[in-house]
Amino acid sequence: MLKRLLSNDLPRSTWLAWTLAGVLLGLAFAPFLFPGVKALSVAAKILVFIVLVASFDLLLGYTGIVSFAHTMFFGIGAYGVAMSSSHWGATWSSLGVGVVLALLLTLVLALLIGLFSLRVRAIFFAMITLAVAAAFQTLASQLSEWTGGEDGLSFKLPALLLPSTEFSDTPFWGVNIDGRLLCYYLLFAAALLQFLMLLRIVNSPFGRVLQAIRENEFRAEAIGYRVVVYRTLSSVLSALFACMAGVMLALWLRYNGPDTSLSFEIMMDVLLIVVIGGMGTIYGSAIGAVLFLWAQSYLQDLLRWASDAVSAWPLLAALLSPDRWLLWLGLLFVLSVYYFPTGIVGRLRAKALL
Amino acid sequence: MKTNLDIKPLLLVPVLALLALPLIGSVDTWLTLSVAGLAMGMIIFIMASGLTLVFGLMDVLNFGHGVFIALGAFVATSVLSGMVDWTQSQELWRNLVAVGSAMALAMVAAAVIGLAFERFIVRPVYGQHLKQILITMGGMIIGEEIIKVIWGPLQIALPLPEAMRGSLLWGDASIEKYRLMAVVVGLVVFALQAWTLSRTKVGLLIRAGVQDREMVESLGYKIRRLFVGVFVVGSGLAGLGGVMWGLYQQNVVPQIGAQVDVLIFIVIIMGGLGSTGGALIGALMVGLMANYTGFLLPKLALFSNIALMAAILLWRPQGVYPVANR
Repeated sequence: MLKRLLSNDLPRSTWLAWTLAGVLLGLAFAPFLFPGVKALSVAAKILVFIVLVASFDLLLGYTGIVSFAHTMFFGIGAYGVAMSSSHWGATWSSLGVGVVLALLLTLVLALLIGLFSLRVRAIFFAMITLAVAAAFQTLASQLSEWTGGEDGLSFKLPALLLPSTEFSDTPFWGVNIDGRLLCYYLLFAAALLQFLMLLRIVNSPFGRVLQAIRENEFRAEAIGYRVVVYRTLSSVLSALFACMAGVMLALWLRYNGPDTSLSFEIMMDVLLIVVIGGMGTIYGSAIGAVLFLWAQSYLQDLLRWASDAVSAWPLLAALLSPDRWLLWLGLLFVLSVYYFPTGIVGRLRAKALL
Repeated sequence: MKTNLDIKPLLLVPVLALLALPLIGSVDTWLTLSVAGLAMGMIIFIMASGLTLVFGLMDVLNFGHGVFIALGAFVATSVLSGMVDWTQSQELWRNLVAVGSAMALAMVAAAVIGLAFERFIVRPVYGQHLKQILITMGGMIIGEEIIKVIWGPLQIALPLPEAMRGSLLWGDASIEKYRLMAVVVGLVVFALQAWTLSRTKVGLLIRAGVQDREMVESLGYKIRRLFVGVFVVGSGLAGLGGVMWGLYQQNVVPQIGAQVDVLIFIVIIMGGLGSTGGALIGALMVGLMANYTGFLLPKLALFSNIALMAAILLWRPQGVYPVANR
């Protein structure tokens, strides 16, 4: 049963299995284990990032192509929900239409980009996606009548998902049973389902072909697989999942703007999580996302403390200022690509083989 | 320069310019925009030529190229603000000395950083495209943050020296002096590059290396040394381009590198990775297109260049001048 659910791709390491079980249980009972608004928001963000990163792993880790437009699709999903809910009212039907339209736009865009750039050479893909994503970000902040411009859009959701909806007067284990909790579990179910779907995809015959292409494009073509078709399909699938992650983010935040879903920093975060967690192992996304989002606030606190400690040396203090945390993240990224290319999951699995 | 010159791509630039004429309507406006576009194109070409050769020679895709551009621009802000006496002088030669020394220092700084970048960031990942993209992107982010540490995260004004401000009137079309100067500098760089590539032994080796790396190696030349040279010169040119771009925009932000990177990628893909001639054509078209659409449909300026690239790729999937063996 468990084997089928995980698509026969077991963790293959005792440590990994326990960590994953811990992550799953922690997220499943997060509202009860970690009370407080902030902790729940971090848990919800972890759910969103697990889907976002796992879908990026399908592209980077399994197919071996780099896309910088992943946040664009993430943004399309988030904007789909935000725009439909704020323009057509906070109903389930407008929400549904928004999601469907976002998915359709994602499908078309991903297909177009894939056909244009993957047809020639995979290396174009990285550059073209970077250009398209930059153009899209500019467009989103300029079309302010629809997207709210730089300020973004705050919107309402159907009443069922709002914190003001109380399902029960008495708190259960000290937690209010309200719409916010329902929204969290909706996200949790969606994330779990998509995670298992992605596992299914990468362990299907289709996924095996993707890995074959990653390892040796020429040989895969020679065996008789149309590399372009498989690469394009992989990029379309991963874009669709990224779009769904964007939908989840918008549902949780009830706000969307260019900085929350389209910014290049998020792209950087996704890259870093994939590399740290382990490329080509969907599990890496879960572990990486938990670790990273936890460290994200922690690192900034640490930097603030360090910057205060060395305030006597202005240059050092400037280097350690919390505003410069992207610098340290970048260094961490470069070092992990050099010395840690298989990531946490790869390391754990290699250890288990010994 | 080449024995059998492919003429069709050369026609693209005038065709694009002429197509825009009826849309814009007024000849004077069109002339102003065209000169601005050519100036922008020449600046982009200066920045892109190094990158395309680096790719052609060693199959290295450097996403961190923007760092050298930003570095050049920021060095120029420091140099020019330190030479206020010279930049505010009415005499052109004093202005030229100021800008010239800013350019020289920016090129040296970018070249030195380029040498270090090649050694520590790029060399460990030769031949691995995936890692190259990731690592150089990381290098770009680190570089941008270090620039923010040194010069601060805010926009810095980079005003033109006195004598280079203002514009010449030709009929009713006003043509900014600096833009003309940018075209001249761009042409000089292109001419020097074309001369080096086609008339010197080093140029011969570079062209041969782009065509067939292994053959050049087997003839006993150290292509890696050649590559380091090209990388350093390319970084220096990016620094020069950064100075000119900063003066063109009259201000500098730390994100300048990432912004220009996007344009450069479009240019080198359109031109054919590894081809300097293609990069020139691509750069001129991107510059013209950006200025025409900036006037006609400002919101779609960047998209128009992507559409242009898509059209070119439909016509020639490998770029206007495909480089053999790639």
